[in-house]
Amino acid sequence: MPAGLNINFYAVMPEILVTALALIVLVLDLFIRKNKAALGWVSVIGLICILPFAAYTNEPYPVFGGTIIADSFSAFFNVIFIIAAIFTILISMDYLRKIGVDRGEYYHIILFATVGMMVMGAANDLINVYVGLELMALSFYILVAYRVKSSRSVEGALKYFVLGALSSGILLYGMSFAYGAAGSTNFMEIAGELGKGDNTYLTLGIILMAVGFGFKIAAVPFHMWSPDVYEGAPTPVTALLSVGSKAAAFAAFLRVFTAAFPAFQADWSSMLWIISAATMIFGAVVAISQRNIVRMLAYSSIAHAGIIMIGLIVFNDTGLAGVAYYLLVYAFMNMGAFTIVALFRNKGRFENIDEYKGLSTTRPLLAFLMALFLLSLAGIPPTGGFAAKFFILSAAIDAKYYWLASIGVVSTAISLFFYAKVIFYMYMKEPDPGAEIAPASGVIYNIVLFCTAVGTVFLGVYPAPFIDMAVKAVRPLLM
Amino acid sequence: MTGLTGFPILSTIAFLPALGALVIILFYKKDWIDLIKWTALGTSVATFAVSLYLPLTFDMADPGLQWVEKTVWIERFGISYYMGVDGISLLLVLLTTFMTIICILASWREINTKLKGYMALFLLTETFSLGIFMAMDLFLFYVFWEAVLIPMVFIIGIWGGARKFYSAIKFFIFTFAGSLFMLLGILAVYFYHGKVTGVYTFDSTILSLAPVAPAVQFWVFIAFFLGFAVKVPMFPLHTWLPDAHTDAPTAGSIVLAAVLLKLGTYAFVRFTLPMLPNASMLFAPLMIGVSLFAIIYGALVTIAQKDIKKLIAYSSVSHMGFVMLGIFVFNIEGLKGSVLQMLNHGISTGALFLLVGMIYERTHTRTIGDYTGLFKELPVYGVFFLIVVLSSMGLPTTNGFVGELFILIGAFKAHWVYAVFVAFGVLLGAVYLIWLFQRVFLGNFHYAGGHGLKDLGLREIIETAPLIILIFWIGLYPKPFLNVMDASLTKLVEQVETNYRKGNGEVIPPQASLGAAVVERKVE
Repeated sequence: MPAGLNINFYAVMPEILVTALALIVLVLDLFIRKNKAALGWVSVIGLICILPFAAYTNEPYPVFGGTIIADSFSAFFNVIFIIAAIFTILISMDYLRKIGVDRGEYYHIILFATVGMMVMGAANDLINVYVGLELMALSFYILVAYRVKSSRSVEGALKYFVLGALSSGILLYGMSFAYGAAGSTNFMEIAGELGKGDNTYLTLGIILMAVGFGFKIAAVPFHMWSPDVYEGAPTPVTALLSVGSKAAAFAAFLRVFTAAFPAFQADWSSMLWIISAATMIFGAVVAISQRNIVRMLAYSSIAHAGIIMIGLIVFNDTGLAGVAYYLLVYAFMNMGAFTIVALFRNKGRFENIDEYKGLSTTRPLLAFLMALFLLSLAGIPPTGGFAAKFFILSAAIDAKYYWLASIGVVSTAISLFFYAKVIFYMYMKEPDPGAEIAPASGVIYNIVLFCTAVGTVFLGVYPAPFIDMAVKAVRPLLM
Repeated sequence: MTGLTGFPILSTIAFLPALGALVIILFYKKDWIDLIKWTALGTSVATFAVSLYLPLTFDMADPGLQWVEKTVWIERFGISYYMGVDGISLLLVLLTTFMTIICILASWREINTKLKGYMALFLLTETFSLGIFMAMDLFLFYVFWEAVLIPMVFIIGIWGGARKFYSAIKFFIFTFAGSLFMLLGILAVYFYHGKVTGVYTFDSTILSLAPVAPAVQFWVFIAFFLGFAVKVPMFPLHTWLPDAHTDAPTAGSIVLAAVLLKLGTYAFVRFTLPMLPNASMLFAPLMIGVSLFAIIYGALVTIAQKDIKKLIAYSSVSHMGFVMLGIFVFNIEGLKGSVLQMLNHGISTGALFLLVGMIYERTHTRTIGDYTGLFKELPVYGVFFLIVVLSSMGLPTTNGFVGELFILIGAFKAHWVYAVFVAFGVLLGAVYLIWLFQRVFLGNFHYAGGHGLKDLGLREIIETAPLIILIFWIGLYPKPFLNVMDASLTKLVEQVETNYRKGNGEVIPPQASLGAAVVERKVE
């Protein structure tokens, strides 16, 4: 690859455009004094315009000296990131006003986080993975702490920062071992060096990098930060954290492990097997006892990470495509659930699952949508969540990972309990007397909810074209 | 087999109720009580009327699927939207469309809150249940299989009795967990079949042509068992049933007993037998043992019940034991008895729940001992109850007799010891049912609320009478019902035998029909 820099700006056009958009918003912030939500609208419209570029950029060869690759895989993930960012910004506008920190930098920090994610998805070089990850992580440190007056927000941000910095350090440490052993940071060159001579350091590098990514996807035992951070952060940020950040970490995880270390697949698969099994069971079991809805969703998101990992472990086209498809579905269903949580959560109210009692009588439509998202998260057909789980499980069975698939099934069965609990509270209990009625959803919320609900249902009822897209997306990884 | 050329009659039947539900949800206001009721009733009657087209045009000589609809759904996984009905499922489809009408009538006055959602959910239950009986693609089957849980859980949980929350979540988790393992089993069959034959498909008719290796069948059987047995429910996975029945509203109990319990046994007949013949044979002694145990244990537990509804619920455990036994003795009599007994149990137990609902509406208690000697006060009700009780215990001239007789013959053909247990089970059935009738209806009238209980009104008679007619129709002239299933079941038994030998590695002489079918499918 080093032969020729192969400079191709077209390949990184989506990243450039989002960066430019972020800079425009940054500058506009100076001139728009009062109505900061306008910045949100600028960001949303900009992202919508960039979406087709991101979807159709497909340059199957690495560019910029082999450090970036804008193939179908990065395009697929870029779409997920941008969609997640659009939804997040839409629900943020009202949310920020509600918590009283309606400031402009919020929007361009979200855009920078999005750029970070996109770089992670397109990276073909360890350095670029790291740069993208740090850009994303630094943006999130600020975003998590955005409710400065809330001690939980600050606590969450500090935890996230300390643990995030530690995990970045571990990741970087692992990368340095890989570099030391292979003499390159480029994935293809690392893959080429494998098997020549002593691989001890490379193995160490793989383990440390798995730990680093494990932090970002919140896999057990590196999940400690996520419930606190999810709870403390502004809810839209939590949504983006659980959808975008997770998808980005998975994209990089997939790319690094399939492109750079395919020869070690048997080794890292057995290591990740244990992590995945522990993550699935731990996340589901601990979520049962949660009373706070955000913490419940945080643990549910941990359990989901475990299931998504199965796709990487089995390492076949179905499995990898399953990861991509799962993350796409997850972007819709989890974003939908968090949108409703963001709408309700206000000044310490609607924190606990108890407070969702009787929602079906006060806000029937919102209760119905929440039930839909939760059923999809639980994996009940005909929702997208089911199609995604089906995809992953079929890959596991195909590759003869029967036990892992069974553990996935057990985890899913356990997780039904806490999802169903919320639904049952909404539908089968009467609201406490004197309890505050849940706020109604405004136009923007309705748009987001409509889009996420349609996505959740459509990806379950007619998944065929999107499955094909996911399969096409991961094809470069298996070459 | 026809393609999608004709009118999609099966989809029409299956989705007509869903259409009704959609209309109710989207266009009606909460307080349009009468309109909601009449629309739901109209939809269910219309569905039943359309479904009557099936028996009228059913070709009894054709053992295969009729009115087949098939289109590609998810190409990559070989998933198709594949609906078809044969002699095994036809009666169950009719049972579903018929019992839904009864359910909606039974809810006419019982349900006063959130009627809109209730009726919509009921119609959705009908759609999904019909989908299960019609789906011939395992993926489609699974989708319906899981989807039917949702409306049912809500019906129990929202309109249920004292411990509705607990019962609903128990029902939900039991059945969901079981079905997930079934999903793994389905996937295992899919991939194994695909690797061996090169045809990756969820089409159950193709999967039934070339069963997977016995060692694979073993595990798949366990996976399928976990999914199906929970729904049947088989001992020891039955514990959700009494709770769900007791706390469900009357119509919920009816649909649970009449339709949802049949899903499990139907799936055993439809998928487990032809697709896993070797494992079925291997597990048969165990299955028969568990069934016999369930018959006796269920009956004994039933005897001890104090709540009438719980009593009937437990009697289902015993009755479904008969059905499971008939399936796993592997002969045509047993299978016929099983399929007929599915229908019978649906009618009789459905009728029992209906009648219990009526007395509960009047007295708001279901405890045996809170009232005695009801016969004098409520003669019409008493007569109906007596007929249904006799049918449930299998008295000659009622439907229960025919079904149990066939199962008895089937059991006897397999081993005489089985028949002894069956006979003992029938006897115990008589004990709890007759004793129930004696305690509630005979003797001197006593009820804390005093005299003045109203006998059945016109609506209640209209609800019950068709069930009574069916009880006697099947009891006196079962021929049409048996004829319907005859060809399909004969073919099933043959297929199980052929597949069993194939699974054991025997080379089957290229029987023109079967072999040709395999080749033909590979070509397309």
